[in-house]
Amino acid sequence: MDQTLENFIKALRGADVPVSIGEAIDAFNTVDVVGLSDRRILKNSLGSVLAKTVEHRRTFDDCFDLFFARDLPADGEDGTDNAEQSEAAEAAGGDLIGMVMGGDGAGIAAAMESAANQVGASNIQVFTQRGIYARRILDEMGLRTLERRIAALRRQGTPEAEAEADALEQARTSLLGEARAFVERQYQIYGVPASDRLRDEMLAEARLSGLETRDLARMHRIVRRMAKRLAAKHSRRRRSAKRGQLDIRKMLRANVAYDGVPFETIWKQRRIDRPRVVAICDVSRSVAAVARFLLLFLYSLHEVIPEIRAFAFSDRLVEVSDTLEGEEIEQALVLILDRIGFRSTDYGRALADFEDGFGDWVDRRTTVVIMGDGRSNNTDPRTDLMRQLHDRAKRVVWLNPEPKTVWGSGDSEMLRYLPHCHLATECNTVKHLERVVDDLLRIYSTA
Amino acid sequence: MTKPTAKASNDKLSSIDGITEGLGSVGYIGTEQIATAVYLAYHLTKPILVEGPAGVGKTDLAQSTAGFLGLPLIRLQCYEGLDESKALYEWKYGKQLLYTQILKEKLADMLQEVDGLEESLARLHGFNDIFFSEQFLEPRPLLKALKQQYGAVLLIDEVDKSDEEFEAFLLEVLSDYQVSVPEIGTVKADVPPLVFLTSNNTREMGDALKRRCLHLHISFPDSKREQQIVAARVPGISDRLTKQLVSFVHQLRDQDLKKLPSISETVDWARVMVLLHADRLDTDTVRRTLNVLLKFESDIEALDNQIGELTRKAAKD
Repeated sequence: MDQTLENFIKALRGADVPVSIGEAIDAFNTVDVVGLSDRRILKNSLGSVLAKTVEHRRTFDDCFDLFFARDLPADGEDGTDNAEQSEAAEAAGGDLIGMVMGGDGAGIAAAMESAANQVGASNIQVFTQRGIYARRILDEMGLRTLERRIAALRRQGTPEAEAEADALEQARTSLLGEARAFVERQYQIYGVPASDRLRDEMLAEARLSGLETRDLARMHRIVRRMAKRLAAKHSRRRRSAKRGQLDIRKMLRANVAYDGVPFETIWKQRRIDRPRVVAICDVSRSVAAVARFLLLFLYSLHEVIPEIRAFAFSDRLVEVSDTLEGEEIEQALVLILDRIGFRSTDYGRALADFEDGFGDWVDRRTTVVIMGDGRSNNTDPRTDLMRQLHDRAKRVVWLNPEPKTVWGSGDSEMLRYLPHCHLATECNTVKHLERVVDDLLRIYSTA
Repeated sequence: MTKPTAKASNDKLSSIDGITEGLGSVGYIGTEQIATAVYLAYHLTKPILVEGPAGVGKTDLAQSTAGFLGLPLIRLQCYEGLDESKALYEWKYGKQLLYTQILKEKLADMLQEVDGLEESLARLHGFNDIFFSEQFLEPRPLLKALKQQYGAVLLIDEVDKSDEEFEAFLLEVLSDYQVSVPEIGTVKADVPPLVFLTSNNTREMGDALKRRCLHLHISFPDSKREQQIVAARVPGISDRLTKQLVSFVHQLRDQDLKKLPSISETVDWARVMVLLHADRLDTDTVRRTLNVLLKFESDIEALDNQIGELTRKAAKD
């Protein structure tokens, strides 16, 4: 069972359920306590030891059902022959013939299991490896001996030998089928999550402009996971006590009744502001390639930060908070882009629109996040408005999808806006975004 | 009541079915999953982190377990700003201050015949730390739970409301069942208490804490179990009414509401029905008592024109 449980934990880790070493040890102890006889109890028990959130529990349940699709090996059945297996492949061949002829299904399953452990079938990564692993498992089980035996029988040429050879041939075919199915399951358990993760990691670091529309859903999942992680990290902590510092003023007041003898102690506390964010997103033609992803960011920001107002602009600026709030992501993107997207840019006009309509919402608690490339078609950039924003807001953060080297080239006004930003940074991968948002939320907890 | 002993708990917790039955005997109708978690918690000596929507019986599980095992229940309600002085122990500051005031003259008497600051100090040192001894120690829930002779059930309620610092501080208590009081030393539990932590998920708990706990998620029960719960909690209710009530509540849970009614609301509603001597659901009674089930005005309004239909459906079952 030890090997099986280890493999199962590996599968769980592959499926994004973090299992620590401590939890793995707990799992072994759990099996000692509850035993293997009742599968439902085993599932419940391991579930409460290994899966620590509802989502993980769901993954765990799927994984458990997939993994234990076959019957559990009885105690000690496998471990015994693992070590000798390699050199014993020949001997196993003899057993294999015995088993296939005797129709010993359970024996074959157990042999396949331990052969799979031997060749490390759980290391399977991509689906093209399925054939090779199936072959290796069968070799390990002694398929060659079986094949030699068939060949020998055929050479004999007697009717009985032919008949036996036919039977063995048939058995070999079905064995191949079983091995393929077995490896397919291994691939589902270990390989699919691994390649999924690989793809996620690649996307997180890929440039937004190079992404394709079909990646949008996956991207949204990644961004949302990130958003959730950030939300958990910066979750509601409104007040933090400065431990060990007396609030003398309040304490004297509270102890007036005792003649100033400090019977009641009062400690200093510090309030933490709620993040209040204004996000302004460029969706004009110059950023057409990345507009969808910028909006995706905006959408996820909306999910993490409770007090946020979102705006989008090309030549004019409109508020899109309600759209983001009320619609599903795909729908929201389409609506916003339809309404305002892909026209020519005018930063100055957009800033003026913002100042007129919503300027009074910006105060010294507000962080303004501007997402755009700063390319304004040579119109007046209205840096004066930008300076006002800078002076009034707590922070002005500019996220530019273009690399720093091209800022200021052509019609880019980025260098003229730069002095009026507290922070301006290149932001064109999910990794970048995570760093920036993390930073954004952190300033509120230390301020 | 027989005296609780460690052995008695051991007998009672020796099988999963036994636990299900035992909890049932004190009126807690649990699933096999719940019983399994309690069983594991005892045998692996690990705390259970219980999560789930409000009102599905998270707190009740701890209370019922305590009742079933005949152990004292020690409860620690968490809130923002809770710190170790309120959870673990506190020096009785007022008493210390009072005693120093009263003993001031005594001290003066004692120090009368010695002269010189050094000698006085030396003499004072001879008196141990009387002001930091057990006498002046006020044990708070956690310390109290560790000091119980026969073990206890410790309920740390709504742990998600506490600060992260407090969560970190819980780790020592939960993994080793011991706490350190600097002035006195380490207090270790003879019989580790059975610990339940409940969380409503207002924030994600830290990984370190989760790692040390078993995880149990209690969700809304199926109608059969809910009927059993109502029958167990509300004596004198007819089978038919129970069935209709539960069916109605289950229909509500499929609606798009701000707050879904949970088990505690079902039980409350059942009590109200019994008080009103209703023996079956009808639209009028439902409309009058809907505020027991739904806690938001907007939910009640949204549902208003569907009540008739929902009641009819429920009454059919």
